[in-house]
Amino acid sequence: MPRYGMVIDLNKCTQCEACITVCKLENNVQIVSKENAEMGRAMFWMNMLTKNYEGDFPNIRPETLPVSCMQCDEPSCIKVCPVRATYKRDDGIVAQIYPQCIGCRYCMANCPYTAKVFNWFKDEQPVEIEKSYNPDVSVRPKGIVEKCTFCIHRLQKAKEQAKAEHRKLREKDYQPACAEVCSADAIYFGDLDDPNSKVSKVMKDYRRFALQEELGTKPKVQYLSAMSE
Amino acid sequence: MDNHHYDEDEVLFRPIYETGKGFYALACALAAIVVFGLVMYIRQLVFGLGETGMNEPVSWGFYIISFVFFIGISHAGTLISAILRLSKAEWRRPITRMAEVITGIVLIIGGLHPVIDLGRPDRILHLVERGRLQSPLLWDFTSVSAYFTASSIYLYLPLIPDIALLRDRGGKFHKLYKVLAWGYDGSEKQKHALERAINILMVLVIPIAVSVHTIISWIFGMTLQPGWHSTIFGPYFVVGAIFSGIAALVIVMIAFRKAYHLENYLKEIHFRYLGTLLMVMSLLWFYFTFAEYLTTFYGHEPPEMRVFDYKFIGSFAPWFWLMVACNFIIPVIFLSNKKLKTIGGILTASIAVVIGMWLERLIIIVPSLANPRLPYPTGIYVPSLTEISLLAAGIAAFILGFMGFSKLFPLISVWEIKEGRKESVREVTERLNEYLPTSKHVKVIEEA
Ligand code: SF4
Ligand code: SF4
Repeated sequence: MPRYGMVIDLNKCTQCEACITVCKLENNVQIVSKENAEMGRAMFWMNMLTKNYEGDFPNIRPETLPVSCMQCDEPSCIKVCPVRATYKRDDGIVAQIYPQCIGCRYCMANCPYTAKVFNWFKDEQPVEIEKSYNPDVSVRPKGIVEKCTFCIHRLQKAKEQAKAEHRKLREKDYQPACAEVCSADAIYFGDLDDPNSKVSKVMKDYRRFALQEELGTKPKVQYLSAMSE
Repeated sequence: MDNHHYDEDEVLFRPIYETGKGFYALACALAAIVVFGLVMYIRQLVFGLGETGMNEPVSWGFYIISFVFFIGISHAGTLISAILRLSKAEWRRPITRMAEVITGIVLIIGGLHPVIDLGRPDRILHLVERGRLQSPLLWDFTSVSAYFTASSIYLYLPLIPDIALLRDRGGKFHKLYKVLAWGYDGSEKQKHALERAINILMVLVIPIAVSVHTIISWIFGMTLQPGWHSTIFGPYFVVGAIFSGIAALVIVMIAFRKAYHLENYLKEIHFRYLGTLLMVMSLLWFYFTFAEYLTTFYGHEPPEMRVFDYKFIGSFAPWFWLMVACNFIIPVIFLSNKKLKTIGGILTASIAVVIGMWLERLIIIVPSLANPRLPYPTGIYVPSLTEISLLAAGIAAFILGFMGFSKLFPLISVWEIKEGRKESVREVTERLNEYLPTSKHVKVIEEA
């Protein structure tokens, strides 16, 4: 069984936020109204976190970090779910079962990375946007929790394709949208258990760090940076 | 009413047969508040939880606060009445019934709050069909239902002899009383069986009550959130629950004493005793709060300190210090001073405590969520009209339920009062004689 993981090279990242945009489009993540966004209900599966500002206005240089669900190996979110609507698959992906979730938001409260988002309202978009929805991903109803799934639908498709072609799944067959779109090639994605995969090689880089490793959640999304966390 | 019914405790039955205008007016006003809350809830069902002020990262708000708060109040009843019964405190007699009624009503209201809070209440049965016992939320579901079952039986059993009295008086609701009295006729055998059942239940109900609030605290304590992940939470919540429970009991007692002219039964001494209990709980509460925040401050972990500062000097500071005033300063001033410890003073302290304990739940829940571990911007939580009206509806439903109960059953246990009059003096004298050194002993000393 593979164990999927991701490494983001912050020294390569240009802060263009393409990963954040493409994630919203790829996964039909609800676009909320301006008022709701101001209330803190904007929905992102991948978010740009500003850690620090360097310099004085107007010459500031924000120090940022794209964060998504860390796909923890010891996820604290699944421990508390009362109905097993979030669970860890054998390939390490922490998935959500939308029709099962009762919307108690306990998992949100217990995610130390604040990675989960809730559908406060029904998803209502102009027709033009609805037309461009990704047909591979379900549109979530109101009242449930969602989060990054490592574009699990892509894995599904790639597996079927490989099966039809009687071959094994190759690394480049399955890449999440963010990794694919990154123009700086800063996002590595693949099987952490395969010593030959690119991602497990960059994992050995001395610049590697993970967020809040001390909590014991064992995140599978990690970072490279010359300046540490 | 004909004369042969006349009874020295007639005043206890009077509210059942006589209803004043004021009662109807108040009931209508309260019902209006409840209906308004209901309408707001239906709106929320239709449009989604976005109707509340909750957001990310503050994903729990008023509903969870009220849940913890109401379940806390429920400790007034069963726990206090069971402890007083168990310790054979004679002054408990006119108090236990009201305490138990509070528990029953407030548990229904409190228990509904997590359901109101669900994004998908239509899927509530998933908890039964595919509940994960590993989740603290399911522990809660189990323990609250167990508590509700135990405490409704514990309310009902001591009610049976009174229902039998009502049945024998005939008149209003005769049929209902007949069914509910279960053929109780006060024979020695029945009385004995009833007393045994009450005794077993009161011992049983104490650990259940303690476990309920411990488990509620674990919803928070089991998470990794700064400010929640604390071993002290179990006992801290239990103490808080009993604290707010006593305060609510005092308020209810004073209100109904006035409304139904029960001054002869609920005397100043009852309130003074309860006031002393309240004072003890206030000190205990302060001790726990102090211990909790001092350890946090001394450890000085950055994520914990972010929450700590938010409470002590940040946006939540006004609420935090108001809570300290309500839960500690005001009760201690009013309850430790003989001159201020009048019924009015005790009422003031109790109202302060109920407000303070609600604030305490607010202060535990929101700041931890508003300050995530990662450097996200601090969350802002402003409750919406929906949440406020549902809080009002919860309180109104509580008063309404209590008023409704008082129209069906006596608010003070009539048979226990009668029993007290008949037997207490003898029993207490006997008990006292057991404690005291025997006179033979005295003789020995004299001879020496
Ligand atoms: S980052 Fe949060 S949501 Fe994702 S697996 Fe870890 S605990 Fe769960
Ligand atoms: S919100 Fe849904 S996924 Fe999260 S804990 Fe509740 S039921 Fe589970």
